[in-house]
Amino acid sequence: MKKLKFSTIALAIAAPLAAAVVSITISSLAVLASHKSPFDAYKTMWDFGTTSSSLMQMLNTATPYYIAALAIAITFRAGLFNIGVEGQLRLGAIFGAYLGAKFILPPVLHIIAIMVIAMTIGGLWAAIAGYLKVKRGVSEVISTIMLNSLAGGLSSYLLANYFVDRTTNSNNMSTKTLPKSGQFPDLMPLLNKFGVENQPGGGVYGMLIFAIALGFVFWFVINRTRFGFELRASGSNPIAARFSGVNSKRMVFVAMALSGAVAGLAGLPAVLGETHAFNMGFRTGIGFSAIAVALLGRNNPVGMGISAMLFGFLEVSSRSLELIDIAPETYVIMQGSILLSSVIAYEVVRRYKITLQSKELAKAVAE
Amino acid sequence: MSVAVELRHISKRFPGVIANKDVSMSVETGTVHALVGENGAGKSTVMKILYGMQRPDSGEILVNGTTVHFKNPNDAIEASIGMVHQHFMLADNFTVLENVILGSEPQHGITIDFAAARTKVVEMAAQYGLEIDPDVLVEELGVGQRQRVEILKVLYRGARILIFDEPTAVLVPQEVDDLFNALKGLRAQGMAIIFISHKLDEVLRVADDVTVVRAGSTVAEVKSKDVTARQLAELMVGSELPQPSTHGDTRRPEITLALKDVSISTKSGSRDLISHVTFNLHAGEVVGIAGVEGNGQAELVEAIMGLRDYTGEIEFSGANINDLSVAHRRDLGIGLIPEDRQRQAMMMESPLWENRILGHQRGKPVMNGFVLDMKTIMTDTKSIMEEFDVRAPGPQTLAAALSGGNQQKFIVGREMSKAPSLLVASHPTRGVDVGAQGAIWEELRRAREKGMAIVLISADLEELIGMSDRLLVMLRGVITAELDPAKTTPDQLGSAMTGAA
Repeated sequence: MKKLKFSTIALAIAAPLAAAVVSITISSLAVLASHKSPFDAYKTMWDFGTTSSSLMQMLNTATPYYIAALAIAITFRAGLFNIGVEGQLRLGAIFGAYLGAKFILPPVLHIIAIMVIAMTIGGLWAAIAGYLKVKRGVSEVISTIMLNSLAGGLSSYLLANYFVDRTTNSNNMSTKTLPKSGQFPDLMPLLNKFGVENQPGGGVYGMLIFAIALGFVFWFVINRTRFGFELRASGSNPIAARFSGVNSKRMVFVAMALSGAVAGLAGLPAVLGETHAFNMGFRTGIGFSAIAVALLGRNNPVGMGISAMLFGFLEVSSRSLELIDIAPETYVIMQGSILLSSVIAYEVVRRYKITLQSKELAKAVAE
Repeated sequence: MSVAVELRHISKRFPGVIANKDVSMSVETGTVHALVGENGAGKSTVMKILYGMQRPDSGEILVNGTTVHFKNPNDAIEASIGMVHQHFMLADNFTVLENVILGSEPQHGITIDFAAARTKVVEMAAQYGLEIDPDVLVEELGVGQRQRVEILKVLYRGARILIFDEPTAVLVPQEVDDLFNALKGLRAQGMAIIFISHKLDEVLRVADDVTVVRAGSTVAEVKSKDVTARQLAELMVGSELPQPSTHGDTRRPEITLALKDVSISTKSGSRDLISHVTFNLHAGEVVGIAGVEGNGQAELVEAIMGLRDYTGEIEFSGANINDLSVAHRRDLGIGLIPEDRQRQAMMMESPLWENRILGHQRGKPVMNGFVLDMKTIMTDTKSIMEEFDVRAPGPQTLAAALSGGNQQKFIVGREMSKAPSLLVASHPTRGVDVGAQGAIWEELRRAREKGMAIVLISADLEELIGMSDRLLVMLRGVITAELDPAKTTPDQLGSAMTGAA
């Protein structure tokens, strides 16, 4: 038994380690190809990336990634693939910001109300794909991709024609600013108490705390509840799940809608914590990067947290590469190679694990 | 006759495991020599050693009287040993001819000499009674014919000693006959054939000699004409065989399951897959559904479980359950052992404790409200493993790591743990070894005595006759006969199943 434990630990470390070595090699080659020293590049990134201000930005980048990755992980665990998180979070954010500015509620309730709105809109949008899959057999991959395009167009159209706040004269079209009660407090005052100093342009989204809590809820629901069990069963063997009494059609629909609801929240950290409105500068691509975050984090709440921060770190720290004349987009290569090598490494380890277990078993049988 | 292959006191240890200790066998040319044993008895290790895939720790291998030391299968092939694997290794988009010569193509300068290859392959096929069209694509072939291509492949490489690893596992009865005819042809040509199997009736049909291994050692080498299947099986398990039988009439007055005119038609509605199936099943009674596979048994199970729309009526414990979902039916107390355990009853890449929950996720004991009761799940999984002798290190072991027999035992244990009042059991002992088979029968007997009603579907006619109180014969979706198992022989049942009687 002791031996098994040791090998389990060794296996758990083997995959990320192998992936790290491979991805660093590939990234270094990419930097070398532009006749620069990879060592300089990493040093510059590290020095810049580990400043307080960069770390704060890293967390702010990671927060929406994390929430969106949780949304995607729900569908992954159910054997589905929600590529439509980008559209769902965008619509969730714009409706949350627009409707949230229309009423005033006590502080906490106001934020909850906006979250409910965003979740409802995101959930409904994803439910379209769920409905099409259940009733018409349309692949959710295709339908969510198309719904992304629709969401992009729809949100721009709504913003320009109906949701825009005409009282301010700005080039940046924006919804009306949320009242104070609808703004999520920044963590900076709290961090000050722990001795963290204010940074120019700094601040940490309060929704970071919410995201961490959401990670706990995700873990509990998926791993410890009947619903989570049935969802995972549908993902790992849909036929056996049906034989066990899971209503597979309902599960597909519910998983998609729930994923969309969580996705609807992923646009809120910036809306509630920084811009306090939905404007044309709303970040794009969160939903796509989150796919990589979920894959890298193996749909595991802790793993996804680490990978969200890693992606955030690479994105923020790579801005410094311009200082030494390297295209900052190099981080895209880094992210890509990390993802690719880790997916491969994990698969290798997974297969090895089964072989190893079979051997353990042969031993148990022989005894 | 000379000895083609001889194994002398072969031993092989894996870290912590003795796979073989002192295995000896001697195969003469021009004979079919069967190697039998339970799953895990060490049959495949012996063959892997003989085929050069593994090296023995001690012992000797002699081919045609000379000692050999194989480092890899190529050495074995050099020594004219060939292996026909259970899972075929063919390129689907190649023709038969291309597949046969793949890897040892006759060269003509830098091109492949297809003409010469064709002549040789056609000649070989005719000589050994393995006729096949060399130009047809392998993807168009059935399983039996694919196996033929595998055999030709091995022969083409000059094999005179052929190892067949469970060759009938994938074949239908007609194809088995063809294979056995081919084996006889090969034997007549002076080949030595080693036939690995655990289907004893087949072994006795085709083999001249039989070597029995148990727990890694040879326990007997006998002439097949001197033994019965029963004796062989007892040699395999080392003790007396379990009998599929039930004692007395445990039938109770109350009716557990009643089917009235249950029909399922094809999607297009063109014909019925099962048609007007009607029967009553009492508590404490076992009804055996006999029939050649594909005659509606699977659909019958799906109807009872609510997995498929049907017309007619199904009553469970006196109440109509037509409108109830699969989940609802299971929760009322209908247990299911499906025919395809890996597809329908297990999550292969999940640990056993999660598989324990599957099908029972709606209540006690594994649930505490809507939350998994981890402690109970773990202890419960362990007790199922102990009670049903599921050989695995623990609840954390992945289902995929278990052998088929152990998976089946686990599924049976899981379904029985809830003490359902009705059990729908499709092939409950398929693919499990003799020891486990006896244990499963014993469980079913005990549950029957306690009043469980069982719908038993099986392709094993002795099991059907031995375990059932009543036999219903299904042919093309219709129940064509009801037989009394006490007055039915397997032969009679067999002909009733094909509609001959």
